[in-house]
Amino acid sequence: MPDSSIPKPTPRPGIAVKTTGLSITVFRLRRAVRVGIKSLWQHRLRSLLTVLGIVFGVCSVIAMLAIGEGASYEAQEQIKNLGSQNIILNSVKPPEEQRVTGNQSSAVEYGLTYPDVKRIRLTIPRVTVVVPGRIIRDYAWNITRRVDCEIVGTVPWYPEMRNHPVAQGRFFTDDEMESLINVCVLGAEMIPKLFPLESPLGKTVRVGGNYYRVVGIMQARAKTKQAESTDKNADALIRMFIPLTTAKGRFGETIVKQRGASREIEKVALHEVTIKVSNRDEVVPVSQAIKALLDRNHKKADYKMIVPLEMLKQAERTKQIFNIVLGSIAAISLLVGGIGIMNIMLASVTERTREIGIRRALGAKKRDIVTQFLVETVMLSGAGGLIGVALGVAIPYFVQLFSKMVTIVTPWSPIIAFSISAIVGIVFGIYPAMRAANMDPVEALRHE
Amino acid sequence: MGVKSIVRLEEVRKTYQMGPVTVEALRGVSIDIKSGEYVTIMGPSGCGKSTLLNLLGCLDRPSQGRYYLGEQDVSTMDDDELSAVRGARLGFIFQSYNLIQQLTVLENIEIPLYYQGWPESESRAAAMELARRVGLGSRVGHKPSELSGGQQQRVAIARALVNDPLVILADEPTGNLDSTSGTEILSVFDELHWQGKTLIMVTHDDEIAHRGTRNIRIRDGLVEKDLRLRESAAARTQ
Repeated sequence: MPDSSIPKPTPRPGIAVKTTGLSITVFRLRRAVRVGIKSLWQHRLRSLLTVLGIVFGVCSVIAMLAIGEGASYEAQEQIKNLGSQNIILNSVKPPEEQRVTGNQSSAVEYGLTYPDVKRIRLTIPRVTVVVPGRIIRDYAWNITRRVDCEIVGTVPWYPEMRNHPVAQGRFFTDDEMESLINVCVLGAEMIPKLFPLESPLGKTVRVGGNYYRVVGIMQARAKTKQAESTDKNADALIRMFIPLTTAKGRFGETIVKQRGASREIEKVALHEVTIKVSNRDEVVPVSQAIKALLDRNHKKADYKMIVPLEMLKQAERTKQIFNIVLGSIAAISLLVGGIGIMNIMLASVTERTREIGIRRALGAKKRDIVTQFLVETVMLSGAGGLIGVALGVAIPYFVQLFSKMVTIVTPWSPIIAFSISAIVGIVFGIYPAMRAANMDPVEALRHE
Repeated sequence: MGVKSIVRLEEVRKTYQMGPVTVEALRGVSIDIKSGEYVTIMGPSGCGKSTLLNLLGCLDRPSQGRYYLGEQDVSTMDDDELSAVRGARLGFIFQSYNLIQQLTVLENIEIPLYYQGWPESESRAAAMELARRVGLGSRVGHKPSELSGGQQQRVAIARALVNDPLVILADEPTGNLDSTSGTEILSVFDELHWQGKTLIMVTHDDEIAHRGTRNIRIRDGLVEKDLRLRESAAARTQ
C-alpha cells in the first residue's frame, strides 16, 4: 500500500471521539435542552396547548387532594375532640313514647340512670373513668342579658375526659362537687352574650332562682357541620357546666315542658354518660359489652351510643376511598395528557422527518435523535407539571380564602404529581423518539 | 505513485427487496478514487447513481462487496459507527441545500461538530471562520429562509467543510439554482479542488461534468465509462 508516507488529510481524529463519560453526557444533555427549548418556543401556542392536559391533570389532583384532606382533617379533629378512647352514651326519648302522650299531661321516664352507671363500673373490666352528665335546657342570666343554653351537670374530670380544656380560671373541684356549691364554668360561646365587656370570672350567673359563681371559661370549639350533626341541635354547643350533685339538687330529675295546652313531664336521671376505656384496642369490645349490659335493663331504645373511635375509623376509610377515587381521576387525566403529548410529538416527528435525516447525515447517532425528542417531551410535560403544581397550590388557597373551607396541601402531593408528570413525559416520549431515531436516513432525506 | 486511495469500492452490490421483487440497483461496482480528485458521476435516472451516492455517503451499507473510506472498511460498520464516520469524515452538499430552517446560519454550520461533541466555543469559532470563507460572515445570525438559493448553498458548503472531511459529496449542487448562482457555486467547487479537497459530484449536466478531473458514467448498476479528463490540481502542482 502506498499510503503510509502521505499525511492524513484529517488533522482531527473524528471517529475517536467517543461519547462516553458523564461530563460529555451532561454537556450533551444541556445542549439538547437548549435546542429543545428553542424548538418548543418556535411553536409556542402548540406547546402550550399540548401541555394543557398535563397542567389540568396535575392541578386538579393537587387541588382536590388539598380540599379532601382539609375536609377529612376537620372531621377527624371533631371526632378526636370527643376522645378516641371514649364511649359516649346519650339518653334519647324513645319514639313510641312521643306518640302516646297525646294531649293529656303525662310523665315520661326514660334514659340512662344512676344504676346503669354503677352496673357499668362494677361489671365491665378495663373501664377507667365514668363521667355522668345531666343536661338541663334553661336560660342563663347576667342581670338583664340572657342566653339559652344547656346546663350540664357533670363531674370534675370532664375537661380531661372530653378533650375540652379550660381556657381561663379552672373547672370545679371534687370538694365543690361534694358540698353542692353553686359554681359554674361557662362555655366560651356564652361570653360575648352574657359578659360582653367584663371578665366573667368571679361574677355570678342566674339560672332560675339560683345564682352560680363563675370559676372558669372553657375553650371555644370550632363550630362545624360535623359537630352539629353529632349533637342534638346547633344550640347544644352553648354549654355551661355545674357540678352534677348541684344539678341534681337544684333541678331534680323531672323536667316540665309546657307545650301549648298540654304539659309534658319528662323524668331523666342522666342525659349523658362518658366512659373512658383504658386501652384503645378495647374500645370496640367494651362498647359491645356495655350495649349488651344496657339492653338488659332498657327494654326501649332510650339511649344512643357514640363510639368516636369507630367514627374515626369510618372517617379514615372514607378518606381512603376518596383518595383512591382521586388517584384514579389523576391517573386518567395524566394518561390523557400523556396521550395528547405523544400525539403531538408523533406529528412533530413526521413534520421534522427531513430535519432528522439531515441530522443523521451529519453525524447524529440514533441515540442523539432519541435524546433530542425525549428531552423535548420531558420538558413539555415537566413544564406542564410545574404550571399544574403552581395552579394546584393556588386553587386551594383561593378556595380557603373565599369559601372558608379548610384546605391542606400536603407537601408530598405536588412532589408526586410533578414526578408523575415527568414520568408521563418519558413514557409517552419514548415511542415518538424511537420512531424518529429508527427512520432510515436515506428515506428521511428524501422526505418532502 | 504517491497518491493515496481515499475511496475504494470493491465489487459492490446493492439489492433492494421491493415486495416480492428483488431489485439490483448496483451490480458489482469497483471504483478507486485518489486523494485530491474531482470526480463527477453521471447517468440516466434509475441507473443506480443515487444508490451509489448513498453508499459513498455511508448512509447505507452495500449488500455485497467492500467499501474502504481512507483506511477503514466501512461496509461492515454498525449504525453508530457509520454515524460517527459521516460526522467526522464526510461532507454533504445536497441539491435542496437541506439546511435546518429553525436554526441560524451559524448553528447550521455547527451541526457536524455538535454531534462530535466539540465544546461550543470552539465549534462556534470554527463555524464562524467557515461562514467568512464562503462570504457569509455578515449573515451568520440569519435564518436560511432569509437567504437566496446561492447563499443557502454556500451555507451548506460551509457546513460540509466544517469537519474537515476526507471527501465532499455533492448531489446536483446547482440543480435548484439559476445559472449565475450555479456558476458561483461551481467556482467554489473549483477552488476547493485547487485546495486539494477530494470531491465527488453527481450531476447530469455535461458541461459541469467536464469541470472535474474524472467522469464516471453509470448505467444499469454498472460503471459504463470511467474517463480521466486531466490531472488533479494537487498532482499538477507537485
